[in-house]
Amino acid sequence: MEETLTFVTLTLAATLRVATPLVLCAMGGLFSEKSGIIDVGLEGKMLMAAFFAAATASLTGSAWAGVVAAIVAAEALALLHGFACITHRGNQVVSGIALNILAAGLTVVLGTAWFARGGQTPPLNDGERLKPIFFPVAGDNVLVYVALLSVPFTWWLIARTRFGLRLRAVGEMPLAVDAAGVSVAWLRYRAVLLCGLFSGLAGAYLSIAQNAGFSRDMTAGQGFIALAAIIFGKWRPFPAFGACLVFGLLDAVAIRLQGVKVPGIGEVPVQLIQALPYLLTLFLLAGFIGNAVAPKAAGVPYEKEH
Amino acid sequence: MSLVAPRSVRRPLPRWVEIAVLPLVNVALAFLVVGIIARTIGVDSFHALKLLLVGAFGSSESIGYTLYYATNFIFTGLAVAVAFHAGLFNIGGEGQAYIGGLGCGLAVLALDRYLPGPLVIVLAILAAAAFGAAWAAVPAWMQAWRGSHIVITTIMFNFVASALMVYLMVNVLIAPGSMTAQSRGFAESASLPSMQAVLKSIGIAVAPSALNLAFVLALLSSVAVWIFLWRTSWGYALRTMGHNAEAAIYAGTSIRRMTMLAMCLSGALAGGVAVNELLGVHHRIVLDFPAGYGFAGIAVALMGRSHPLGIVLAALLFGALQQGGAELSFEIPAMTREMVVVIQGLVILFCGALAHLPRPWLQALFGRRG
Repeated sequence: MEETLTFVTLTLAATLRVATPLVLCAMGGLFSEKSGIIDVGLEGKMLMAAFFAAATASLTGSAWAGVVAAIVAAEALALLHGFACITHRGNQVVSGIALNILAAGLTVVLGTAWFARGGQTPPLNDGERLKPIFFPVAGDNVLVYVALLSVPFTWWLIARTRFGLRLRAVGEMPLAVDAAGVSVAWLRYRAVLLCGLFSGLAGAYLSIAQNAGFSRDMTAGQGFIALAAIIFGKWRPFPAFGACLVFGLLDAVAIRLQGVKVPGIGEVPVQLIQALPYLLTLFLLAGFIGNAVAPKAAGVPYEKEH
Repeated sequence: MSLVAPRSVRRPLPRWVEIAVLPLVNVALAFLVVGIIARTIGVDSFHALKLLLVGAFGSSESIGYTLYYATNFIFTGLAVAVAFHAGLFNIGGEGQAYIGGLGCGLAVLALDRYLPGPLVIVLAILAAAAFGAAWAAVPAWMQAWRGSHIVITTIMFNFVASALMVYLMVNVLIAPGSMTAQSRGFAESASLPSMQAVLKSIGIAVAPSALNLAFVLALLSSVAVWIFLWRTSWGYALRTMGHNAEAAIYAGTSIRRMTMLAMCLSGALAGGVAVNELLGVHHRIVLDFPAGYGFAGIAVALMGRSHPLGIVLAALLFGALQQGGAELSFEIPAMTREMVVVIQGLVILFCGALAHLPRPWLQALFGRRG
């Protein structure tokens, strides 16, 4: 009995640990997508943030300096995305892909030039990392709680404030917002900046809380899983949070199921479990499980009539 | 999707500026930023450029490798461009190349002991194209019939392809007794001849390199894509759909069938990477051979303005960067090979998302008063 309890607790803790960056990233992405700016560059922002968090923490010896650096790095990419998509009305997907590739290359180039460790940052000691607050085994550092709080915060901001109402409007029908005398560009820039803030925190979590340092491509597709969670949650904060937990649980279970024979099914390939978030999202997108409708103006640059 | 054509042209630029100057300014901006980054990490840009050029074109061996890398870029650049012309954004080149490799490899593994080599090679190339096309057909079907956006689905399909290949290589296709996840080697007769061997048979001596006949296939594909897009009625319908879907419907084009056609062609072209890598170089199925070429194809297509000739030129540039960059990293350890990835990202940014950034400057210089 006690063993089962321990197993369940440990699995839940592992789920939360894995889900934290997904939740932060998904909430950031939600702001952007709700405002009509598609963000496939979550992965790149998170990767860049993870690198600068670890690099700064290692150079200054302060985890908090790392968090600040992560946010600054992610915001820089977010502003670049905004500059291309909002100011210059460029293609949002192209811009997102560009940022992903840029981040994948730049983190290794800068990492090698500064630390000469093949793209890794020096391993961080305990003082340079965010440490668990209450339960050392569970790894409940401050960003885990920030992630948990970010969900009701996102919901409140989007559903219950004037800013949120305008944000939703600008993602559905920017012309109406413009006609009401509210700046479409400034609203979207604020959404993109919120996205940078959260994806920056997600990146910091990866390199200075969950792990002790940056390694190349350490995001390993988690930005895209967060994107899948947004779609799976049908662009709503709490369902997206639920999707992140499910995807996190799948990941936690995948590690435990390695080589284990499940009664009646046999050995489940780990790769299948790893691909499940994508497969489930694809089934959803194909319309087999409900319908996912994106904000109407998502992906369409707004051009003011003069 | 008007990725290349301007959205609103209030003061039109002369045609030669639109075709030649604007893209060059975009590329120049990208390389300006590369220069700044190089300076930041303490590398002398001009010295690096010299080493890079020597590394890419200094000997017949390095030219061979440059063209070998360019082969992959031509295939994925064409793949992205064909979809672009149909108004579709295929980000799944990576996965399509990977699954194309599965088809290519399975064909050889199944047949190389029974059929003559050249026949196996032809069948393997067809299988690579067919499997790549099939992997692109599913997202195409999902967009055409179920309304899900091809950008998202092709991204997801990349990850699914990767998981599937790891599973198959580790559990099914691994050569007996092999420690690494790779299949048994292909029979020697079922490998694409290297360019060195081909040139030797007509009396030209070059140093051995990874360059093989897939390069010729890539050039032929470029010509074929050009003929298809600009000289056939299907190609015309495809481009019409990309410019104006409603006009295409009015002209009697089935958007669904054209979406399927464009994506299948795109996936088949991406499968060409597998031909170059597996049939031409590795001679077995290996993991991770697409190595980012699928994404780089976006940069190639944008830089080449989705025209086969532009794509071949852009692919040569990226091939030279890849090969020269590898040589450069030996000479200057601070310049890692990932610098090439940075360049790809910046080219996509400046030639794609920020393509219209220099437009006002050029309009001030060349614009006709309207």
